[in-house]
Amino acid sequence: MSQTATVQAHRPEDEPAVHVRGLVKRYDEVEAVRGVDLDVAPGETFGFLGPNGAGKSTTIGMLCTLVRPDGGSAHVAGHDVVKERDEVRRNIGLVFQDPTLDGYLSAEQNLKFHAELYGVPKALVPGRMRQVLEMVGLWERRESRVSTFSGGMRRRLEIARGLLHSPRVLFLDEPTVGLDPQTRSSIWRYIHELKQAEEITIFMTTHYMDEAEFCDRIAIMDRGEVIVVDTPAALKASVGEDRVRIETDDDGAAIAALRSRFGIEATRSQGAVTFGVESGQRFVPRLFAELGVSIREVTVARPSLDDVFMSYTGSSIRDAESGAARVDPMAQMMRKGR
Amino acid sequence: MATATTTAPAPTTRIRVPAGGWRADVRAVKIVWQRELIRFSRDRLRIVTSLFQPLLFLFVLGGGLSRVASAGTEGVDLRTFMFPGALAMAVLFTAIFSAASVVWDREYGFLREMLVAPIRRGSIVVGKCLGGATVASIQGVIVIALAPLVHVPYRFGMIVALIGLQLLLAFTITAAGLMAAARITQMQSFMALTQMLLMPLLFLSGALFPVTGLPQWLAVLNRLDPLTYIVDPIRHVVFAQLDISDVARQALNPGVTWFGWHVPIGVELLVVAGTAAAMLAIAIAQFRRA
Repeated sequence: MSQTATVQAHRPEDEPAVHVRGLVKRYDEVEAVRGVDLDVAPGETFGFLGPNGAGKSTTIGMLCTLVRPDGGSAHVAGHDVVKERDEVRRNIGLVFQDPTLDGYLSAEQNLKFHAELYGVPKALVPGRMRQVLEMVGLWERRESRVSTFSGGMRRRLEIARGLLHSPRVLFLDEPTVGLDPQTRSSIWRYIHELKQAEEITIFMTTHYMDEAEFCDRIAIMDRGEVIVVDTPAALKASVGEDRVRIETDDDGAAIAALRSRFGIEATRSQGAVTFGVESGQRFVPRLFAELGVSIREVTVARPSLDDVFMSYTGSSIRDAESGAARVDPMAQMMRKGR
Repeated sequence: MATATTTAPAPTTRIRVPAGGWRADVRAVKIVWQRELIRFSRDRLRIVTSLFQPLLFLFVLGGGLSRVASAGTEGVDLRTFMFPGALAMAVLFTAIFSAASVVWDREYGFLREMLVAPIRRGSIVVGKCLGGATVASIQGVIVIALAPLVHVPYRFGMIVALIGLQLLLAFTITAAGLMAAARITQMQSFMALTQMLLMPLLFLSGALFPVTGLPQWLAVLNRLDPLTYIVDPIRHVVFAQLDISDVARQALNPGVTWFGWHVPIGVELLVVAGTAAAMLAIAIAQFRRA
């Protein structure tokens, strides 16, 4: 197969890891993805948030060259996902929610298979295999058959395998779905360590709100469209104020002082004074310095990504999911073995 | 549970995956082939089960019918006659099972790992076919080892020729199976379909009874069955080692004729190789689209 010689005016490292313009995918008459634009910088951890059926899996499928777009363009690691399919494939790692390991083979044999299919230079295979296995804590189990592994171990092995050929972009589709909380947090620990060890862009989907917070930036997707893209903090700031709750020796004086010195209307409920401010973190030091009433306890609650999701889509992520039994086209397509 | 690593992460090797090319395809073919062998060696039950039916036909059916058949076999043990057929059968079942592994691979997700790799789909199909051919030949060798039990002597030349023919047969059948497996996503459907097709093809090929003096319609079906053209050379190779009368040879190993023309073995093998090539091409085309 002849390889397209890409003219590179600048180093590939400088290009956006993912560059998407007007991406469209239709299934029959349904537009699953309706004109998505995205840019992900190299080294970024980018989260794709939305209920099942929002179109995020279809979008990822197109970025991974598994689904053919019906319109628009997408470049991953500087290569066109339609015209330079194999180039894209060489530069991405994939970890899907459904397992794709061979249980008959050992962990090591699964990795060996991958290394051979991806043409990893033979001399580098043993060293690299050890690296990725150690990274996910499975080096000692390398000779065990995968059929003896727990769900969490398999997911870790899939992540190791996805990294084996040093992809520039690692796609993680719901990397922690179906795992117990302890395993979920260990998977996250490995992802964080990975970010330190490798120069890699991570593009992941999730619908766990607490996990989305680990991302540098988040895109919220609903009904085939990207509604907003920003950092978790900025998204939370955009939905409104932090809630500050203080317990004081004299609540009445505190409310009066808040009104006169800060122009804040506070309310008293459940033995505490609560009010909203733009940035709780910045306000608290001023509060202590200027309130003049002694404070026993203070809590600052930031709006959660659940609130963010709610404010952008008009429904909570769980409602959006249970409300419509929308089919996941990615899962369907995958079952067909594409 | 895994112990946390205490040392700082070692400097990582940055792999640059080279562009594809025929070397990449050869590596892919080789690893797909190797995986078939590893899986086969780990599945002892499969080794036994795919030998069970051929041996049942050979020793139970062949043994049981031998008295009834003795009138027509000109003094040759029916089991000796059926030996080439049993050999073909063992190879056939093992090869079709190898092709079925694609259906499992799809079900357990491993097919996806292969299909998203930056290689040509054809490499996967060729690797699977070679794997199926190798595994089926190993099964065939077990059957060959039983030859003396049915009065067929060990001869080096015969064994080499049989292994070659087995490889061709197994490759063809695996390719045909892959062609079907590209479209069939349910294991039950695949098994039902192959069971429905394999037995008639096997019966019609003359693996279990001589094809001389068949009724017209059976004779036509026999000539249309691609298996006929591999069973005949296998029987030819086996019968060349037997010390039997010319009458018996004529009755039991008559060769294949087209409108009275005796088809040479070379042509028969060309028919099989052509079938194999066609099946392979279709299977590759289907996996490209899949």
